[in-house]
Amino acid sequence: MNPEYKDILLDYSDEIIKKWMDDLEDNKLKEYKSTVSNELIEQVNREFVNLIFSKLKDGVNYESLEQFSERIVNLGWPLAYLTEGMQSFRSICIRTILEQIDNKDEAFFLEVMDDVNNWVDPIKNQLINEYSNNWNNIISLQKVALQELSVPLIPVMEGITVMPLVGTIDTDRAKLIMENLLDGVIKSRAEVVLIDITGVPVVDTMVAHHIVQAAEAVRLIGSTCILVGIRPEIAQTIVNLGIDLSRFPTKSSLKKGFEKALEMTNRDIVNVKEKDADIIDDMVQSIDKE
Amino acid sequence: MKGSLSKVPISKEWDIVGARQTGRNIAKELGFGSVNQARIATTISELARNIYLYTEYGEISFEEVCEKTKVGLKIIATDSGPGIKDISRVMEDGYSTSGGLGAGLPGVKRLMDEFDVESNGDGTKITVIMWLR
Ligand SMILES: Nc1ncnc2c1ncn2[C@@H]1O[C@H](COP(=O)(O)OP(=O)(O)O)[C@@H](O)[C@H]1O
Ligand SMILES: [Mg+2]
Repeated sequence: MNPEYKDILLDYSDEIIKKWMDDLEDNKLKEYKSTVSNELIEQVNREFVNLIFSKLKDGVNYESLEQFSERIVNLGWPLAYLTEGMQSFRSICIRTILEQIDNKDEAFFLEVMDDVNNWVDPIKNQLINEYSNNWNNIISLQKVALQELSVPLIPVMEGITVMPLVGTIDTDRAKLIMENLLDGVIKSRAEVVLIDITGVPVVDTMVAHHIVQAAEAVRLIGSTCILVGIRPEIAQTIVNLGIDLSRFPTKSSLKKGFEKALEMTNRDIVNVKEKDADIIDDMVQSIDKE
Repeated sequence: MKGSLSKVPISKEWDIVGARQTGRNIAKELGFGSVNQARIATTISELARNIYLYTEYGEISFEEVCEKTKVGLKIIATDSGPGIKDISRVMEDGYSTSGGLGAGLPGVKRLMDEFDVESNGDGTKITVIMWLR
């Protein structure tokens, strides 16, 4: 930037800062005011202003821009805070220079504008880049987190494992279901796996296809799948779609499925004899008294 | 509330979920019960997934329709894809070019009260209606 302009900006920094702070006060963040304290907004605005002015004095240091963008992302403030902030800073700077130099020449006007733009734009771009990088990071971390909890396998008893599915099943998740299912069945030596679809909002032909394939694969490695948690409205749409689920057992609830699994693994539910139950009750009561 | 209600563009896989959500909300507002809401959501899922799988871009739009004594929800899936070559063939259960179940379109026909396909080299338009009873 032309050193003369730079000197003007530094000389009038107090005024520029004041105008800019007022501008920042007025912008978009109003919507956030209910959840964010005025002090915090004021404090961040001041950081923003100081950051940009330090750039004017000492040249651009990208690390501090990165940190500031990260701060805005972590606060959950919109990108517009940065873009509008930089725009308003730009126009205040241009105005200040034009006011101080008495020259109505169009070429001069354009020169000032170009000069300020060339200085402001890279900073603005850097802020935007860092902002979106930060978001992308957050999103990919959340994806990993989601993947981790997306298809759990729970061994509930020797030979019986439950896989509760919750939420929308897209192509990626469908693949994951298949992989985890086969892996888990082999590792836990499950004879029976209960796939619970209570939490799956829509069972269309794609989801059904993947479940049927998964069940078929489980059958090939010598175990049995029971599909459970079929809500009445889902049962109706499955029938309407003409999907054939007859190759493996289906049950409306996890409870019924589990009973079926017990039966298939030659087990039975037996009520503890009343006498025994009484003894246990007595024991519990005597503990209470102590 | 009458006429065109909403339009959802479909180009990414997650757009299917968005369209489904929109459709389910509209169905709920119009007064459809939970079984029909599920039918409507499943229909949207099938139509939107076909757009996602077989074309570059398309839209699902929702309209409220009135006819003398009845009110219904009309769902229109349009795309500018390659079109469906042999419509009578895809309406048979089990026909798929993608290794799918091939039950999507015939299934949608059974899920909804009215079903219509127009398709040529410039794209496909599928219109379905479910009436409120
Ligand atoms: N919008 C579309 N544009 C072009 N082709 C389509 C479209 N929708 C469906 N098709 C064709 O019709 C076939 C049957 O569709 P569908 O009944 O949904 O079963 P699936 O999607 O399981 O193959 C598809 O495999 C595809 O070739
Ligand atoms: Mg399909």
